[in-house]
Amino acid sequence: MAILVIAEHDNSTLKGATLNAVTAASQMGADLHLLVAGAGCGAAAEAAAQVAGVAKVLVADNAAYEHQLAENMGKLVAELAKDYSHIVSPATTTGKNFMPRVAALLDVAQLSDITAVESENTFQRPIYAGNAIATVESMDAVKVITVRGTAFDAAAAEGGSAAVETVDAAHDAGISSFVGEEMAQSDRPELTAADVIISGGRGMGNGENFALLEKVADKLGAAVGASRAAVDAGFVPNDMQVGQTGKIVAPELYIAVGISGAIQHLAGMKDSKIIVAINKDEEAPIFSVADYGLVADLFEAVPELEQKI
Amino acid sequence: MKVLVTVKRVIDYNVKVRVKSDNTDVDLANVKMALNPFCEIAVEEAVRLKEAGTASEVVVVSIGPKTCQEQIRTALALGADRGIQIETEDMPESLNVAKLLAKVIDEEQPGLVIMGKQAIDSDNNQTGQMLAALTDMPQGTFASEVKIDGDKVNVTREVDGGLQTVALNMPAIVTTDLRLNEPRYASLPNIMKAKRKPLDVKTPADLGVELKAHTKLLKVTPPAERQAGIMVASVDELVDKLKNEAKVL
Ligand SMILES: Cc1cc2nc3c(=O)[nH]c(=O)nc-3n(C[C@H](O)[C@H](O)[C@H](O)COP(=O)(O)OP(=O)(O)OC[C@H]3O[C@@H](n4cnc5c(N)ncnc54)[C@H](O)[C@@H]3O)c2cc1C
Repeated sequence: MAILVIAEHDNSTLKGATLNAVTAASQMGADLHLLVAGAGCGAAAEAAAQVAGVAKVLVADNAAYEHQLAENMGKLVAELAKDYSHIVSPATTTGKNFMPRVAALLDVAQLSDITAVESENTFQRPIYAGNAIATVESMDAVKVITVRGTAFDAAAAEGGSAAVETVDAAHDAGISSFVGEEMAQSDRPELTAADVIISGGRGMGNGENFALLEKVADKLGAAVGASRAAVDAGFVPNDMQVGQTGKIVAPELYIAVGISGAIQHLAGMKDSKIIVAINKDEEAPIFSVADYGLVADLFEAVPELEQKI
Repeated sequence: MKVLVTVKRVIDYNVKVRVKSDNTDVDLANVKMALNPFCEIAVEEAVRLKEAGTASEVVVVSIGPKTCQEQIRTALALGADRGIQIETEDMPESLNVAKLLAKVIDEEQPGLVIMGKQAIDSDNNQTGQMLAALTDMPQGTFASEVKIDGDKVNVTREVDGGLQTVALNMPAIVTTDLRLNEPRYASLPNIMKAKRKPLDVKTPADLGVELKAHTKLLKVTPPAERQAGIMVASVDELVDKLKNEAKVL
């Protein structure tokens, strides 16, 4: 049977996390379909049809799916699921929101945030903030799976030529509605896609001081992240939080500044290729995962770093 | 309006778990256990609704072996009115938990259900959404603000790109994110009072739910260890290492 991957998109472009989910799905079986559910999402569907390895694109273009409300998406995907062995989505906040509804409607389990595919029914996923890796076998006929993007390479965004098919099903549960959103505006790369990330913690002292990190980020083309303590203190917005309950990142280079290295923060970044820690406390646990540690006052070290790179 | 809150007993968030040497599971023997932090936020939110006069009663449910009564008592000490324990083995699967909770909702008819967005042991982030689907209720997941407005609840959600607000018809299910509130500490008199609050014990059979295994845990292994790094003495040395050794600059 075929595998259905649910595309993450903003109606005009495909989000990068979709491509990582496609790679994970390709390890579960050969016949890959992509669902683009949105409103006025023709451009996203066209982009989906180009993704290498995708055989078919299903497009559900209806006002009910404009904001991918979980109530409506759950019903749509559960209805389509009868033709598939696996339903796969990126473990983004969108996927995490509607996929468990799909699983419950199908009376099956959901395997959350998988990091490896061992066979068509056996998967690895991190538990306990990544301090243990569980290998789990699904005994369900349909496997509902969300994928941790950093664990899989992105599929090629171009080179495919999938057939595009329209899905008429319009499920408007009518019990929820979109009111508004406040999205962070930034010219920097997205945290989950960046090659370089510089993150600040409580040690930054306040929001203005994040400018020090931004200057380094400008030079390196980096994204700027934060610890929970920095977000809770109101230094920076929530979408910058890296960790067990924030974003999971794995860039080539992660620079942690004024971050102590709590289990929950490490859970979000310890798969980065090279980790640099700058902290004035030589006992800080962040040094235990750092490739290069520098014991220094960040207010001296970070401007100097900016000068010298 | 009645508010139903769910709580889970999990490893204390400060404890770093170890994997058993035979790789069958993690080792929880003699490990400090606590109320899942997200559930604690859920309890706090419900209690605040009661203090504001919006909620009339706060009922707290936990599913697991008898030991989870400890976490129900903690929730009662924080201000919940009454507890329900559903007796099962350790770590029932999320879908089974959702089915049990759906029956509790049938019996209790709450106007609002508040749950943690994820438990810090299994890190699944799914039970609330599953329960919402089974009961055909709308959901406001990863909530950083909950505002009741007549027969609707407006929930501001922490999403990847920022914040999103949805309006949900009640009854509805809300799952908490970290910034929804800062939970209070239970005072000693309230801890004493909690011991006398009612706590019902039920079994899945009482609720007419048959638990089914959907997954099999084959093994649990420690994550790949990082190679030990080095300390550098200066920014110059750091930049040199990044350029010439790690080659990332
Ligand atoms: C359920 C739950 C989920 C959580 N999820 C997350 C999560 O997803 N992400 C996350 O990050 N946290 C998370 N946390 C919080 C986590 O436990 C820590 O509290 C948090 O990561 C600490 O942030 P911090 O390192 O910035 O602050 P602190 O621990 O206070 O560390 C600040 C560091 O800055 C250093 N410092 C101070 N001044 C300077 C200076 N001038 N120069 C150099 N160094 C300086 C200090 O030495 C210290 O090491 C979670 C907690 C819970 C309970």
